[in-house]
Amino acid sequence: MTAMKTPSPATSPAPPAGGAPRATKAARAPRAGRRVRRQLPTSPWLFAAPGLVIVGWFILYPFVSTVLNSFTDKRQLVEGKYVGLANFRELLHDDMFWIGLRNSTLYVLVVVPALVILPLLLAMLVQKQIPGITFFRSAFYTPVVASIVVVGLIWVWMLDERGLVNAVLEAVGAGKVGFLSDQWLLLFSAMAVTVWKGLGYYMIIYLAALANVPRELHEAAAVDGAGPVRRFVSVTMPAVRSTMVLVAALSSVAAFKVFSEVYLMAGPTGGPAGEDTTLVMLVQRTGTGLTGRVGYASAISVVIFVVTVALMLLVLRADRKENR
Amino acid sequence: MTTTTPDTEAVRAEAPRPRKWRPTDENGRRMRVWELALRYVLLLAVLALMIGPFLWQLSTSLKGPHENIFSSPPKFLPSDPTLHNYERVADTIPVWDYAFNSLKVAAANVVTNCVGAALAGYALARLRYRGRKAATLVFILAMLVPVEGIIIAQFTTMRDLGLNNTLVGVLLPGCVSALNVLLMRNAFLNVPYEIEEAAFVDGANVWQRFFRIALPAVKGTLAVVAIFAFMGAWDDFLWPLIVLSDPDKFTLTIGLNYLHGTFANDERLVAAGTVIAVLPLIVLFACLQRYFFRGVGEGAVKG
Repeated sequence: MTAMKTPSPATSPAPPAGGAPRATKAARAPRAGRRVRRQLPTSPWLFAAPGLVIVGWFILYPFVSTVLNSFTDKRQLVEGKYVGLANFRELLHDDMFWIGLRNSTLYVLVVVPALVILPLLLAMLVQKQIPGITFFRSAFYTPVVASIVVVGLIWVWMLDERGLVNAVLEAVGAGKVGFLSDQWLLLFSAMAVTVWKGLGYYMIIYLAALANVPRELHEAAAVDGAGPVRRFVSVTMPAVRSTMVLVAALSSVAAFKVFSEVYLMAGPTGGPAGEDTTLVMLVQRTGTGLTGRVGYASAISVVIFVVTVALMLLVLRADRKENR
Repeated sequence: MTTTTPDTEAVRAEAPRPRKWRPTDENGRRMRVWELALRYVLLLAVLALMIGPFLWQLSTSLKGPHENIFSSPPKFLPSDPTLHNYERVADTIPVWDYAFNSLKVAAANVVTNCVGAALAGYALARLRYRGRKAATLVFILAMLVPVEGIIIAQFTTMRDLGLNNTLVGVLLPGCVSALNVLLMRNAFLNVPYEIEEAAFVDGANVWQRFFRIALPAVKGTLAVVAIFAFMGAWDDFLWPLIVLSDPDKFTLTIGLNYLHGTFANDERLVAAGTVIAVLPLIVLFACLQRYFFRGVGEGAVKG
């Protein structure tokens, strides 16, 4: 019969007559006594257009203009002129930039290992079908559902000098800790909040991966006398390794771009002497407002792009190396 | 490691106790009671850590003006629970207007994302035309762009459109997300295409095939897109913070930040505000958690 009845997947993954030009051609071809008459003159581009317009206008165009602006001295309300690498040279001498870069990098170094390991352990904990486990899974996911502002404000209150954590610490005789007044404690508290909020999300990702671990492997290992720890290292870990890489990639990119947690806990100016500012906070601070330095903020954004891409490549490369 | 663990045969040989449910591990083997007990202890400990802060916030929001919220040792149950703080937060900031603003943006985001992503996803997966690969590439590239890095340019774009400080401005950049388009594309690709072929032979045009055949087949993914679109818009903080300057137009997240900044001393108020912000989401999540988990899992598997 016609080619349509036996579509070869290699050549045509889509129905042969989706688009208007082909549809008319197909309509002309006699096909089992039927003709396709009611083909509206619809271009496939009509389907893709809304998405393409939005994404092009509000994502890709701003991306390109961010890169271009980084070479200008553009300000809000003031057209800029080309200044070459001046913005980037200025970055090198900007203490605030180095503080931001340091904090964002530190964020990745602390948060990523925690978010690769802890959710996996949590997933193993909620994996077994025991009564009430669905409730526990949902409950552990609640911090993911709650918006970051709520989470931030809850922990500001929890970690306040007079808050719950300090009250508990005092009750057990440990004395008060100024979580939100010390530069480093503040940053680490924000990291802890990021991890706390992310646990449930990555737990679900791991749960899906664990479900795909072949049962036979565990059984065989058990028969061979492998204990739980041994089975975790030799069976579970290799089986979820690609998921660990995915989690590492997702969480490192997210951690480097951290904004809300630190902004809420440290305040708009980034804690004591601005020492807790992250790079995205710096972009927001320098680029907005009527006097916002668009060009300079764009240069910081370009650094963010570059580091983000580098992080992805780094994680993927580590993955390949281990694969060998 | 080399010591004897009871092998499967021995475990199975044990006299089966008459029980309704049999606790099993991921391999379908019976679990020992102490192991089960340990699991529940751990589960409860994590539960306290994950839910505790929310309950503490709820408790704070219910404590009256004369109750010491800084007592040591801390008291979890309000001695005289009151909803007074919820009234007060509404007197202090127009919290219900903010919630309504958030709701408007979130609802619009759901509609635009479902429609836009389904249409574009269908075009990428099922239609054939010159430039399809290029269109797919556009969405993939857009997905890779870190939004945090382009907010200043987005802000400038929005200002040129005269849409700064409007809810439309809050909505527009995310109203068709590239990730959702690609999710829908994958979903459409997984629909066996013989069905559509049959409809085509029967003379169904592209819209009919889209609405009557393809769309019903990807309802699950569409639900996931809807849920994430709602949550994303309801939770968004950085972008509304940049676009909105007029307190009348704030969304709930920005309003809460404002409340926190202005009335930082009254934790009861801030607590009441956060409860208002988080409760709808928890209810929504509780109702839809099945789709939720499936969606997150699917997303993970597909990368």
